[in-house]
Amino acid sequence: MKTLYVPLDSVAVALGADELVTALKAEAARSGTEIRIVRNGSRGMHWLEPLVEVEVDGIRHGYGPVQADDVPSVWAAGLLTASPHPLALGPIEDHDFLKRQTRLTFARCGRIDPLSLSDYAAQGGWLGLRKALTLTDAAIRGELQTSGLRGRGGAGFPAAIKWQTVADTASPQKYIVCNADEGDSGTFADRMILEGDPLSLIEGMIIAGLAVGATRGFVYLRSEYPIAKTVFAQALELARAGGWLGDSVAGSGKSFDIELFIGAGAYICGEESSLLNSLEGKRGEVRARPPLPAQQGLFNQPTLVHNVLSLCAVPTILEKGGAFYRDFGVGRSRGTLPFQLAGNVRHGGLVELAFGVTLRELVVDFAGGTRSGLPIRAVQIGGPLGAYLPTRLLDLPMDYEVLAAQDAGVGHGGVVVFDSSVDLATQAAYAFAFCAAESCGKCTPCRIGAVRGVEVMDQVQQGIDHSQNLELLNDLCDVMVSGSLCAMGGMTPVPVRSALRHFPEDFGL
Amino acid sequence: MLHADMSLEPLIEPHVLQTGGLLRALHAIQGALGWIPPTAPQSLARAFNLSLAEVRGVISFYHDFKTQTPVATTVRVCQAEACQAVGAAKVTARLAQAMGVALGQRRADGAWALEPVYCLGLCSRGPAAQVDQQLLADLDGPRLEALLARFATEGNR
Repeated sequence: MKTLYVPLDSVAVALGADELVTALKAEAARSGTEIRIVRNGSRGMHWLEPLVEVEVDGIRHGYGPVQADDVPSVWAAGLLTASPHPLALGPIEDHDFLKRQTRLTFARCGRIDPLSLSDYAAQGGWLGLRKALTLTDAAIRGELQTSGLRGRGGAGFPAAIKWQTVADTASPQKYIVCNADEGDSGTFADRMILEGDPLSLIEGMIIAGLAVGATRGFVYLRSEYPIAKTVFAQALELARAGGWLGDSVAGSGKSFDIELFIGAGAYICGEESSLLNSLEGKRGEVRARPPLPAQQGLFNQPTLVHNVLSLCAVPTILEKGGAFYRDFGVGRSRGTLPFQLAGNVRHGGLVELAFGVTLRELVVDFAGGTRSGLPIRAVQIGGPLGAYLPTRLLDLPMDYEVLAAQDAGVGHGGVVVFDSSVDLATQAAYAFAFCAAESCGKCTPCRIGAVRGVEVMDQVQQGIDHSQNLELLNDLCDVMVSGSLCAMGGMTPVPVRSALRHFPEDFGL
Repeated sequence: MLHADMSLEPLIEPHVLQTGGLLRALHAIQGALGWIPPTAPQSLARAFNLSLAEVRGVISFYHDFKTQTPVATTVRVCQAEACQAVGAAKVTARLAQAMGVALGQRRADGAWALEPVYCLGLCSRGPAAQVDQQLLADLDGPRLEALLARFATEGNR
């Protein structure tokens, strides 16, 4: 019996993957052929979705993008024998887009059935956890420190310091909280791994629990990701049934369990202290710091809050050693980052590479430039709170410190490309409007500043009291940067100022 | 003053002792009824031993919780940067025209609503939207025309 793979990933489904599966089953029934269809994660080559793979002699051959309407023709050409067809892509793992990547976190995504414990184990799953179970908690933290892993949610804070703080804070109950409230436009790596390799997050969270002495974990997932919710909930059941979660993790006598919690459409809940309030069932308002969540987090107990990608990097670090992970990257940016190529790109999708890759390699070599065919004018990196960069800065390497020197940041690895039709004053006005809509309202600089920002930008765009309003804009940004409680208000000026600095002509200058 | 609605209890009760139970209960109510009815705050306040103000504060904080009666079909069209870069504004305008409602509005007869959403995670293949439970990417060309036609047909009925 032939095995076919059709992703269950949201992008594939949004492009017709479910209809494709129905058409493939119908074609198989018509021709009296038995087939098995595995719903895998996406390989991250989103311009080829829905991507069908057929396994022939142990090699996976791709066809894409395949719509349900294409099935009769692809089938007749010899899909099951990987025969030629205009949509045939050849052995998929030899595809240039994949071969040029360094996949550590996403090594299994797209290859395995995300809901198969045996697939996971056969492709290196649980090796990191098995290693961790042989180590002391301090030795686990030691590997993490060696790896140089920094928080992948955007702030880039050294993970080992957080782990140490939680470990050092005495409490009868500590928590691991996974931030899967991936609200930044242009990012979808968390979603992809939750849909394509959910057990790796579970493994990372268990290891983190062992390292800091936490026995309960929560995954805070945004409600806008219904497929990720379904897949991850099933993965939790599988892991429990397999003895990987519960009173005795893998028979070790150590307990750890995870609950899935669904957000309710508030961008601010991606901010860790808002997230904790939301997880407690309250308004997702930001908390003042100190105390840090690592000392007083969920229900005021020591809580390790990490992004999905930070936790999913952990199994590799334990399996292969901190030094293995550290040897990728540049400067103080170690390891790999799954970059997400989005917006006006020809070849959008996910590219995992070591830090140090340039923006040009990402948007030109991988993404293939704009989908519209117009020249690239601006690239926003790091989500709605990230900087707009001009093409003359495309040779910047992806490195926390290098980007910080340009008042930019890697953020969560989202790269959004805009063509020459973009107006950066409009984008700056949008940044304020988004902040006004999503501010939690706790602090004045953000709550009022965002609204004032919309008004000032409106006047700037209309040319009213132009120079005075630009001065006011600058003042307003200063207030928001220095006076806001969290990154929402504090970083809304980043896209605004970068737009003004790099594209002054759009502001009438 | 609205009194507690006994019919909500089976939806609320399982979540009373859970972590973040209030949000879970709100999701359960909205999942079952399609909205948070005006009787819900009183029932929730009693069940969770909170003030009405606290419960209402939570409901109003989150975009997901709807306090208007549900519409038959909700189109959520992405307004965030990655979709802006591939013409979300134009797609939104065409949808608004076909549906006969402005963004953020609903048809008076409750047939449908057009709402903004800020990112569905389909940013590599925008413009993106969600029609009730169905995700849609690459929403220009034939896929957009098919969606527009659906409202044109239903609207004339």
